[in-house]
Parts: sequence; C-alpha cells; structure tokens
Amino acid sequence: MKIAVCIKQVPDSWAEKKMVDGLLDRVNVDAVLNDLDEYAIEEAMRIVEAHGGNDEGGPHTITVISMGPERASESIRKALSMGANGGILICDVALAGADALTTSKVLSTVISQGEFDLIICGTESTDARMSVVPAMIAERLGCAQLTYASAVTVDPSAKKVAITRVTETGVEEMFGEFPVVVSVVEKINEPRYPSFKGIMAAKKKTIETMNVASLGISIEGQWSVVVDASLRPARAAGVIITDDGTAGDQIVAFLVEKKLI
Amino acid sequence: MSNVLILADFIGAKLSRTTAELATAAARIAEVTAVVLAPVGKGSEYAAAVSHGPITNILVVESDSFTTHGVAASADVLNQIITTKAPRAVLIASHAFGKEVAGRVAVKSNSGIITDAVDISADLIATQLVFGGSTAVHSKISHGVPIITVRPNSITPDLREVHPIIETLIMEIGESAKKSVVTSVQPPEEGGRPELTEADIVVSGGRGTNGDFTAVEAFADSLGAAVGASRAATDAGWYPHSHQVGQTGKTVSPQLYVACGISGAIQHRAGMQTSKAILVINKDPEAPIFEIADFGVVGDLFSVLPKATEGINARKA
Repeated sequence: MKIAVCIKQVPDSWAEKKMVDGLLDRVNVDAVLNDLDEYAIEEAMRIVEAHGGNDEGGPHTITVISMGPERASESIRKALSMGANGGILICDVALAGADALTTSKVLSTVISQGEFDLIICGTESTDARMSVVPAMIAERLGCAQLTYASAVTVDPSAKKVAITRVTETGVEEMFGEFPVVVSVVEKINEPRYPSFKGIMAAKKKTIETMNVASLGISIEGQWSVVVDASLRPARAAGVIITDDGTAGDQIVAFLVEKKLI
Repeated sequence: MSNVLILADFIGAKLSRTTAELATAAARIAEVTAVVLAPVGKGSEYAAAVSHGPITNILVVESDSFTTHGVAASADVLNQIITTKAPRAVLIASHAFGKEVAGRVAVKSNSGIITDAVDISADLIATQLVFGGSTAVHSKISHGVPIITVRPNSITPDLREVHPIIETLIMEIGESAKKSVVTSVQPPEEGGRPELTEADIVVSGGRGTNGDFTAVEAFADSLGAAVGASRAATDAGWYPHSHQVGQTGKTVSPQLYVACGISGAIQHRAGMQTSKAILVINKDPEAPIFEIADFGVVGDLFSVLPKATEGINARKA
C-alpha cells in the first residue's frame, strides 16, 4: 500500500500576521507544520502499523508531499521524524501565492504520477482555512472522497477504506476503493512526538524536490485577485465587571441595551 | 437573461435560513435561480420549502445519489446546470458540505473560487474577514464563473414570500461522482434548539463548566439560543463534538456569542471572533477571552447564569 500524506507549512498560528500586497506575509513570520496535518501523518502511521509497518523493503510506504518554499522541507523533515519514509517538495517561484485550484492541481499531479493508493490530508490549513483542497484533489483524480473522517479503517487486500464522519446531517459511515482521498479531523488520534531515534533516522531519509517543469504542468495564473485589504476598526474595549451578586441583572441590562431580548 | 445560481441549502430534509441569505446576496447581481437537489420523489416537497427570499426560478433535480454519494454527486449536477445555464455567479452556503461542493465545481468548471465571504457586492466583489476578523479582504474572481461560498448569518435576509417558477431537470450523474458510498446516516439528536451556525445567539460552555452544562443550556433556552462548546469540553466528552466551536469545529457569527467558562485560546477565538456582540463569564480575570468581550463578568458561571436566566424569563412572563 502506497500512502501519500499532503502537508503544508504555515505561519505559526500564534504569530501576528500581516498582509503585503494583498497576500499573507509568509517571509517575516515563523513557519511551522500545519497542526492539523500532524493528525494525517499520525493516522498514516497507525494504518501501516496495523498492517505490518512501513520498514524499508516492506509492503507499505508513507510519502509526505508538500508544495511550498525551500524551508517547507523543515516540515517534511518533521513528518519523516514521526516515521514517514520519504518526502516530495514541489518548490517553484511560479507557485508563490498559489490558490487552492493551483495547489490541488500540483498535488494531484504528483499523486497520480506516484500511483498512490491512499491520500491522507488534514481538514484545513490554519492559514487559508478553505477546507477545499482534499475535495479538489479527489475531483481531479476522479477518485473516492472520504473527508472529515473521525475514524478510518483500511483493508489493504480488499483495497477498501471505510470512515466515520460527523456532519451537519449526523453521523455518516462511508467507504471507497483505492485510490481514496481521506481528510481527518483532529479528534481522530493523538499525534506522536518524534523520538530521538526518529529524528536521527529522518536525517537520512530522502526529500525529492520537483518544480512545475519537472511535473510537466502549466500554471494558469491567478483565478481571483485581491482588490484591497484593510484593517477593520478594533473592537471597542468592553465593560468588565466583577460579580458582586448583581452580575445576572447587569447581563439582562446588557442584553436589553443590545436589543437582544 | 442573466441569472445567478444559488444552491438551496438543506440540512438533511430541512431548508436552512441560509438559503434566503444567499438569495438576498445573489439578487444584488442578477435574477436568482435556486437549485434544489432532492431525493427521488421529494422534489416538489423540497422545492415548496424554498418560499422566502428574492428567488425567481427553481430548478429541481431528483436523485438518490445526493444521499448515497454526497458531495461528488451534488457537484456533478451543479456543474451540469452551470454548463447549460451559464450563470453570472454561483453562491453556496459556507459550511463543510457547501465548501467541498464549491471546490469540486470550481475544478470542473475551470472557475475561480472564494470561500467564507461575509458580503458580496453587485459587481461581485466578495468581502472576507481574516486574522480573526481584524482584517477585511475584498477580492474578485478573474477566471470562469465566480463560485462563492457565503458564511451563514452574515447577510441580513430579505424574507419576502415568493412563488418561483419551478422546473424539473432530468440529469445523469457521472460514474466518477459515485466513487464514495454512504452506507448509513444517523441523524443528530433533535434538541429542539436552533442549528449552531445559523442561530442568532450562541451560548457556549468550556472547561469552567466542569462537565455540567445545565446552567449553560438553561440560559441558552431562555434566549432561544444554540449551545456550543469549546474543544476542551468536547474532548472531555462533556458535549458532542458536533457542537464544537473553533478552528477545527464550527465557525459561528451570531448577533450574540456567550462564552461561559472558556479561556479563549486562539483556536476557539478563530471560530467566534466575528460575532456581533460577545458576552463573557469566567472566574479567571486573566482569561484572554475578556480581551474581545463587549461585556465581561468575572464570576462563577454557576451563580451568574441562573440569575441571568431568571431575569430573562421574568421579562418574558
């Protein structure tokens, strides 16, 4: 079974973010592995561990795929230290500021060239927060889309993946056959910390670098343009009181003032 | 005749209020056609529910694939309609399902996509709020049919009663849209409370409830509000995950958000920071959630909430 995990390096969610020329300033901010992608890496590890592991020469491999600047290799390295076998970084100036359509095109090209059986993603990146890339990859590959999974079961011999997901309409059970795109929610598991052994081993693992030309695709430019971005007026400082027994009444007065009751 | 398509938003078999919000935004651009995707035999019933908002036409497609094959089947049909009707734009509700349908349609129709718009102008400039609502970004789609998802509760709906012209379309769903198969759906327990993402008021509980949501629920019920929970509360098993508000849960933008015993980690704030008004009750005066409160009470939620509930109920009596 060949598993691909798609990850993204993002600005640290705790860092102050700024816009420069209509794009998020990614240069002058700490970059980290998107938290939600750690669950995808962990789930990939648990899936192979349940079916004989991913040791070299074994039947299963996990490849981490990321599109981003050179330093995104740090995030791939982290995934390798958690136990993935190798990485692919698609790095090209033509991809700076790429939107979801371009990102999904690049990732699905790498995935289809690598003939992966199972593609695992986080549900969203903490910077763009669109949650559309897994569905777009499934659309481009014409394969099954099993997103927002809170539990995943894989049967490698039957080439079948079943998930449980919680949606607006309730709890759903669904399945698909390889190749399958899965996105996992954060309650699915508790990602492991890379062990010292894992960190040492990761240094020897290979990260292959690709660009738009080596993938053999063309990038069609921008699909949407930012007209302008402006700071909104800050929230006016609120009234903070300490309860002296009358807070309940004061809340009612606040709701009346706001015409909410 | 130019028109804008909206995807009528059904949660299960129930039409959501977001549909009228989508229609209101769409009507600024051109005449509105609502697409209704219904199970076989339910088309007229579903279409009849689309009775409010500035909608001129309804297109109904019936197929059991919408239930069995989910997002992919809905996207397939919506894209076929786009191809034949050549709309000026397509507006879809911005929740997990709506955004995935939009994403797939954007790929199929070679069109640009904007998600989580909180406003759309007549010339199709979409407003998004980023960085926890501190920055407004205006953008425009420059390629294909603009596919825009609109965050529920962002646009004041025009709720006029309408009798749109209903047309039923027969469509084949492509095989590649049938690759994922839903085998069972267990509907969420009906609490009689409004849906989290479309409620005017949301009352959420966190770690400070210690697992006892009675006071939070009673306060919510006095206001006709939905109940939410922080990740700490859902992870502890105190409240269902489907009620989680935050970065990885639901994003809400109600008229009033009440945070009870929630410290306000950045991940939680990301899911509620664009609420119009924020009321905070927390024992810890240092809790970061107070920074964004319009009104904050440093106090014990178990004594403050029941008194507030009583006060509200007394006003109604």
